[in-house]
Amino acid sequence: MKKLRENPLLLSAVIAIVALVASFWLLNNPRSTLPFLLTLGALLAALLQPIPKWLKVLIGGAILLLVIPAAGFKNSFLFELGIQTGIYAAMALGLNVVVGLAGLLDLGYAAFFAVGAYTWAIFGSPQANEFMPWKIFPLPGEYFYLFMLIAVVVAAITGVVIGSPALRLKGDYLAIVTLGLGEVVRVLANNLDQPINFTNGPQGITPIQRPPIDWFIALLEKFGLQLSRAEAYPLFFYLLVLVIIGIVTLVNIRLDRSRFGRAWIAIREDETAARAMGIPLFPTKLLAFATGASFSGAMGALFAAKQLYVSPESFTLIQSIMILVMVILGGMGSIPGAILGAATVTILNVDLLKSASDYLNDLRNAGFTLDLGFFKYNFANLPNQLEPAKYERMVFGLIMILMMIYRPEGIIPERRHVLEMKEES
Amino acid sequence: MLEILIQLLPSVLLEGLILGFVYAMIALGYTMVYGVLELINFAHSEIFMAGAVAGAETFILLKGVIANPFLLLALALLIGGTVAAVVAILVERLAYRPLRKRGTTNRLVPLITAIGVSFFLQDLVRLIEGLWHNAFYRRYPSFAVFEATYNLPNWIGVITIALTVWVGFWVLAYFGDWLLRRFKNRAPAKGRTLSLVAAGLTLVFLFLYRHVVFADLGMTIQMKSILVIVVSLAMLYGLNWLVHKTKLGIAIRAVAQDAQTASLMGIDPDVIVSRTFLIGGFLGGVAGVLFGLLYTLVHPYVGFIPGIKAFTAAVLGGIGNITGAAVGGLVLGMLEMLGGTYLTFLTNGAMGTEYKDILAFMILIFILLFRPQGIIGQQLGEKV
Amino acid sequence: MKKVLLALALALGASALAQGNVIKIATVSPLSGEQAALGEMIKLGAQLAVEEAQPEFEKLGFKLELAPQDDQANPDVGVAVARRLVTDPEIVAIVGHLNTGVAIPSSEVYKDYQLAMVSPANTGPAVTDRCYLNVNRLVGRDDVQGPAGAEFAVKELGAKRIFIVHDKTTYGQGVAEQFKKKAEELGAQVVGFVGTEEKANFQALILQMKAKKPDFVYFGGIYHQAGVLLKQMRERGIKATFMGPDGLDSSKFVEIAGEAAKGAYYTTVAGPIEKYPKAKAMAEKFEKKFGKKPESFAIYAYDSANVVIKALKDFVAYAKRAPTRAELSMLIRQTTLEGVTGYVAFDYKGDRKKADYFVVHLKEAKYPGEVVKVISFPAPATKCEAIK
Repeated sequence: MKKLRENPLLLSAVIAIVALVASFWLLNNPRSTLPFLLTLGALLAALLQPIPKWLKVLIGGAILLLVIPAAGFKNSFLFELGIQTGIYAAMALGLNVVVGLAGLLDLGYAAFFAVGAYTWAIFGSPQANEFMPWKIFPLPGEYFYLFMLIAVVVAAITGVVIGSPALRLKGDYLAIVTLGLGEVVRVLANNLDQPINFTNGPQGITPIQRPPIDWFIALLEKFGLQLSRAEAYPLFFYLLVLVIIGIVTLVNIRLDRSRFGRAWIAIREDETAARAMGIPLFPTKLLAFATGASFSGAMGALFAAKQLYVSPESFTLIQSIMILVMVILGGMGSIPGAILGAATVTILNVDLLKSASDYLNDLRNAGFTLDLGFFKYNFANLPNQLEPAKYERMVFGLIMILMMIYRPEGIIPERRHVLEMKEES
Repeated sequence: MLEILIQLLPSVLLEGLILGFVYAMIALGYTMVYGVLELINFAHSEIFMAGAVAGAETFILLKGVIANPFLLLALALLIGGTVAAVVAILVERLAYRPLRKRGTTNRLVPLITAIGVSFFLQDLVRLIEGLWHNAFYRRYPSFAVFEATYNLPNWIGVITIALTVWVGFWVLAYFGDWLLRRFKNRAPAKGRTLSLVAAGLTLVFLFLYRHVVFADLGMTIQMKSILVIVVSLAMLYGLNWLVHKTKLGIAIRAVAQDAQTASLMGIDPDVIVSRTFLIGGFLGGVAGVLFGLLYTLVHPYVGFIPGIKAFTAAVLGGIGNITGAAVGGLVLGMLEMLGGTYLTFLTNGAMGTEYKDILAFMILIFILLFRPQGIIGQQLGEKV
Repeated sequence: MKKVLLALALALGASALAQGNVIKIATVSPLSGEQAALGEMIKLGAQLAVEEAQPEFEKLGFKLELAPQDDQANPDVGVAVARRLVTDPEIVAIVGHLNTGVAIPSSEVYKDYQLAMVSPANTGPAVTDRCYLNVNRLVGRDDVQGPAGAEFAVKELGAKRIFIVHDKTTYGQGVAEQFKKKAEELGAQVVGFVGTEEKANFQALILQMKAKKPDFVYFGGIYHQAGVLLKQMRERGIKATFMGPDGLDSSKFVEIAGEAAKGAYYTTVAGPIEKYPKAKAMAEKFEKKFGKKPESFAIYAYDSANVVIKALKDFVAYAKRAPTRAELSMLIRQTTLEGVTGYVAFDYKGDRKKADYFVVHLKEAKYPGEVVKVISFPAPATKCEAIK
C-alpha cells in the first residue's frame, strides 16, 4: 500500500484500471449495487489520490458524464440517486459554511430548503391563484431559472430573519433555537392554508411546473439519442445538478479563502479572541448563516421542480439532521468532505438500506430457512418491523456518536480542524 | 366571547398545571445535567420516552397479576424510573464520558453526540418494541379508579380567576407605571400601590362579570390527574431534600460550582456526574409514566416535543437552577394550555391549536434574548 | 461492517441476475407506525389473492410474486418507494396506498411509467379526478362518504351543534370539509372546525369543546388519533355523539378508545365481512393462513389484487408473454370482476361504477360494529379535460 502511494505512475495505472473495470461492470449490470459502488469508489480514489490532473479530469468526466448516464438509461434509479446526492451535496456544502467554517450549530437547516421549495412550488403551480389578484399561474416552466435566483434571495432573507435573534445567542442555545425555528417554519407551512391559503397546508402543492426541455431533447437528437420526455427529464436534472454542484463548490472554495472565510474560522476557533482582533461578530455570523441558507434555498427550488410535489413533511428535523450528519461524516469545514459525506449518506439512505430491506423481504416471502447446524431460523417469522430502511435515525445517530468519539475531524479532515479537535484542554 | 374565556380559565389553568408538573419533572433532568456538565443533554427526551414505554410494558405485563391499580402504578413508576435511570447512566458512560476523558475544547462535539444519542435511542426502543410485539405503539390500560372524575368546588375556580386577573392587572399597572416613568419622568410607584390598584381593578372586574364568575364553572379533576400532582410534588420535595440536605447533594452542588476544586476536596467528579444522570433519569422516567397515564398512547418518538418544551421550561426558570426548572415547567404548561385553547377564540379560528408548539419556541427565544438567566437565576459571566 | 455490506451487495447483485419469468405485484401501505393495523390488512389481503393465483400462473410459465412495501403513511416515503418501484421492470401493478395524501404524489410517479395502481382504500376525490389512465380504486369517495355521514348525523341522529376536528392530512381534512358542507346545508350549526397533528394531549381541543357545548363531534382522520381523542373527551365529560370516516374502521380504534368507543359511529367505504356473503370462504382461508380475522380493507385489497390478476391472466393466456405496463393499465381499466365485495367495474376515470357506503354503530365497545345503514351510490362524474 505504501509502495503504491509513493509511485504515482503505478497508482494512476491502478486507479485507471479499476475505474475501467468498474464502468464496464456497471454498464452490464446497471441494476446491481456492487458495481455501482465500485464505480463511485474509483471516482473517489481518482479525485482524492495524488495522480496527474489530466487523469483526474478524464476519469471523473468519463464516469460522471458517460458511464452513469449510460447506465442510467437502463436503470433510471441511478439518475434519481445522482440527483438526490447532488441536491444534498450542495446543501451539505451550504451547511458546511455555517457549521464547519463558522462553527454555528444549525439544527433547522431544512427550513431554508423548505423556503426555496415553496418559493417555486407556489408560483410554479396554480397555488398562487389562491391569493394573488392575477389568475396567471402556474407560471410557465421557463421562469424556473429566475425563481431559483429568487429562492436564493428569499432563503438568504429568511436566514437573516431567523439569524438575527438566534445568532445573538451562544453555542448550545443557538442549536436549540435553530431547531425550534426550523420547526416553526414547518408548522407555518402546515398551517398557512387558512385564513389565506398560501401553502395549501398539509395537502402539499402539486403538480409543479418543470423547466421546459424541448431544446434539450432536440440537442440530444443531434447526437443520435431519441428520448421521450419522461426519459429525458432525469438526465436533464442530473446534468443540471452537476453544473450546480460545480458552481457551489467553486463559490465555497472562493469563500473559504476569502476575508470572510478567515473571519468565520477565527470565530469558530475563539470568539473572544476574534472580537479582540476586530472582527464584528454578529454581522460576520449573520453572513455565514445567510450564505448557508441561500445554497439550501436554491436546491429547494430544484427539489420542487424535480419532485413535482412539495409538502411540509419533507422538511422535518430528520432532514436537517441528515444534512448535519453529512457534514460531520465528511469532516466539518472540509469541502471534499461535505461532498463525500453527502454521497455516502444519500446512497446509504436511499439505496443501501432500502435494498437491504427488499432483500430481507424477499427472504421472508420465500420462507427462506437459514440453517447453520446449531442455529435454524425461518425468515418467514421475521417481524415486519425489522427493516433496515426504517432505522435511518439509528444509523444517523450511530454515525454521529461514533464520529464524535473516534474521529471528530471527519473522514477527510480540514487541515486546520485536525489541530483543534485533537487539542488537549 | 369574554364570558367564555373567563368561564374556561380555571379549567385551562388546571389542565396546564397538570401538564406543567410533567414538564417540570423532565426539566429537572436537563437542568441538573447542565448544572454539572454545562451540556444540553439532548438525549434526555429519549430517557423520558424510555421511562414511558417501560411503564406501559409494566402495566400491560402485570395487569393480570396484580389487581390493585395503585400498587400497579407504584410498580410502573418504579420500573419506569429505574429503566430511564439505567439508560441515562449508560448514555453517560458510553457516549459522554469518552469525550470528557479526551478533553476536547470544542463545544459542538458533546452537543452533536447528544443529538446522535437521542436519535439512536428512538430507533433502538422502536427496534426492541418492534421485535417484541411487532408494533411499537403501546397503550396504557385504563382503570376505573384512575378514571373516576370529581367535581371541584366553585370557590377554587373563583379564587383562580381572581388571582389570574389580579396578576394580569398587576402587570398592566407595572407597565403603565413604567411608561409614566419613562416618558413623564415620574418617580416609580411603590410595589404596594401597584398591588392595591390591581386588587381594586380585580374587584371591579369580578363585580362586572359576577354572572359568569359565580355561576357553575364546571371544574372537574380525574383521579389520575390528582395522582400526577401528588407524585410530582413528592418527587420535587424529595429532590429538594436530596440536593440540600444530603452529602450527595452537597457534592453535586460542589461539582456544579467548580469540578476541579471539588475533586481536590476528595469528590470524584465522574461518580457525581453519574449520580446526577441517575437522579435526572429517574425523574424523567417517572415523568414518562405519568405522561402515559395521562394521555394513553406512548411510542418511541413521544419524547421529542415534551423534551423540547421541558428544555424551554428549564431555560425559562433559569438553567442550572432546580427550583427554577420546577417553576418554569408549571408556567410553561399553563402558558401552553392558555395559548392552545384561547388562540382559536381570539383569532376566530384563523390560528388553531397547532400554534401551541410554536408558542413554546417563541417563549424560548424571547427568554434567551431578553432574560437569559431566566425567571429565577443569576447572570453568570462567560467562563474564559 | 464493510464486509457485511459487501456480502449484502453481492447477494443483491446475484439476486438481480437470477431472474426468469417473474411478474410482481407490489402492495404499498403503511406497515409500520401507528397506521400499520390498516396497512397490514391491505398487504395480507393482496397476499392471499396472489398466493391463490400462483399455481395458475405456474402453469402458464410465470412466477407470480408479491412485493410488499411500506410507505409509513408519509407522502415523502411514498414517493421514494414509488421511484424505486418504477425502476424494477418485474413490477407490473400496484395495490395501494392507504392514505390519500400519499397516493396522490406517488401516483404522479406511476403515471410517468404508466404503472397501474388499484387502490383498495383511497377515498379522496382527487385520486381519480385527475383522470389518469393508470389509477383506479375499488372504494367509494369522500365527496359521497362525508355528506352521507352528515346526512345520517343531522337527519337520523338529530345533530344540531357540530364540532369538527381533522388531522390535517389530505384525507382527513378533505372528508371533514365535505361533512361540514353537507351538515351546514342540512341546517346544523358547525360550532368548531379545527385541525390538529397532536397525538397525545388533546386537552386544548377538549376545553374548546367545553366552551362550545357541541352535541355532536366529527373527527376526520385515522383511528390512532381518534381513539385517544375520544377517550380523553369522555374522561373530561364531553358526552357528544362521536363520528368519523373510514379511517376509524379498525379493531385498533376500539382497542385504543376502550370503553369510550361505546356508542360511536363511523362511516366506511369497506363494509364488514358479514355484509358480503361471498367473503365468508375467503375470510376462513385468511384466518387459517394468517391467524387473524380479516378486517374490511383486507377484502378490498383481496379484490384489488384479483382485478390485477384477472387482467394479467387474460393477457398472458392470450399473448403468451408478460404485458407491458401500459398494456396492463389499459386492460385493468376494462376488466370486470365478480369479486367478494360485489361486482367490480371501473368508470372512465377509474372510480368503481357503483360503490357501497356504510354507517356503522359501535353499540358495544367491540369491533366490528353493527351496520345501521347501507347506501349504494354511483361515483360522481368529473369533467376530464383531456385524457392524459
